[in-house]
Amino acid sequence: MATNPMAQFEVYRIGPEIKLGSIDISFTNSSLFMVISSLTILLIFNLGSKKNSLLPSKVQLLTELSYTFVSKMISDTAGSKAKPYFSFIFSLFMFVLFCNMFGMMPYSFTVTSHIIVTFVLAFFVFTGVTIIGFMKHGLGYLKLFVPSGVPTLLLPLIIIIEVISYLSRPISLSVRLFANMLAGHTMMKVFGGFVISLGIVGGWLPLSFSVALTGLEILVAFLQAYVFAILTCIYLNDALNLHH
Amino acid sequence: MDKLLFLSIFLGSAASAAEKTGMPQLDTTFWFSQIFWLIITFSILLVLLSKFILPKISANLETRKSRIQENISAAEKQREESEAKINEYERIIEKSKKEAINYLNQEKEKLVRDINLKKEAIEKGLSEEIQKIEVEIQEFKDKAPKKINIIAVETSSDLLQQLIGTDVNSSSISAIVDDLSRKKINKYYGN
Repeated sequence: MATNPMAQFEVYRIGPEIKLGSIDISFTNSSLFMVISSLTILLIFNLGSKKNSLLPSKVQLLTELSYTFVSKMISDTAGSKAKPYFSFIFSLFMFVLFCNMFGMMPYSFTVTSHIIVTFVLAFFVFTGVTIIGFMKHGLGYLKLFVPSGVPTLLLPLIIIIEVISYLSRPISLSVRLFANMLAGHTMMKVFGGFVISLGIVGGWLPLSFSVALTGLEILVAFLQAYVFAILTCIYLNDALNLHH
Repeated sequence: MDKLLFLSIFLGSAASAAEKTGMPQLDTTFWFSQIFWLIITFSILLVLLSKFILPKISANLETRKSRIQENISAAEKQREESEAKINEYERIIEKSKKEAINYLNQEKEKLVRDINLKKEAIEKGLSEEIQKIEVEIQEFKDKAPKKINIIAVETSSDLLQQLIGTDVNSSSISAIVDDLSRKKINKYYGN
């Protein structure tokens, strides 16, 4: 570990090596934190939905507030047609949020700071949204690339731009989350290293930076989960309600 | 100055770290493992949330909403009932007030009527009595000259007997008295 700020992102095997054919699918620290995040979500939400009292307990209030928060977010951005996809978006938001938040604990591992993880999530969203779009509108979904009110002369160029922007959605979605997590955690590690190297005399300034950064990073952890979920809603809205 | 120093140290150390190990994110050794475990954990999370937990939360919210709605409507109903009762109560008070006033008025009228009746009866009795007495007085008045005449005749005859010593014919005396009294009667009993 020590001073290398990138060391915190290293993935290492926990337990024996598991091979599926020639592919290594061993249980790693990344897998551990995915499992921990999922289990924590299930635990909290199971606890909060177990008994229904008219005056909710704190856990119940938390679960119900998250439920209404996500459901409001979906209905605001994608309308009532998006209701069947509520559980997917809810799970996605909670998974990203809890992975981000667990990453904020010292000596933990941030699952979402790996491009492959965020890319797979974004790819799920992208393929899912594309399939839904073609299922709802057939080939009419291609009208998404042809904005109305554009002069015909510019149309080829616009279509190319629209197609590129559509195809880059999974990349932008995944890189946004990954880069935010990577940058934040690296910064915190670097400032943490400064505290040690500057010692008791000069270490107070980077320490205060570190404290401020922790608050900022918790905000970013929530915000990026929210952004991930709300962009999913917006893409879903494009697929469900073709406006162009 | 400090900030600049920190920035240069930060950039330097970050660059050197990247040079040393590169980004672990780009190390493909565990990519498939990460994808595999992501799919496993996320699928389990999705299935458990969507099949068991989220419907329960939704049901909880629904039942709470309906229960609150029920309570509100029950409270509304009770409020209406109490309002109706207040109205009824006010109506009863109004009615009894009116009745009391009516009763009072009736009693007053009855009393006045009674007093009037009694007054009339008394007045009637009084006037009857007065009439009777007047009649009596009249009678007395009517009878008085005759009696006076008789007394006058008697006294005159007695006087004459004592004076002259013989009986005088009473009829002649009475004729004289009558004559006198008729002349002077108006002087005493003139109406």
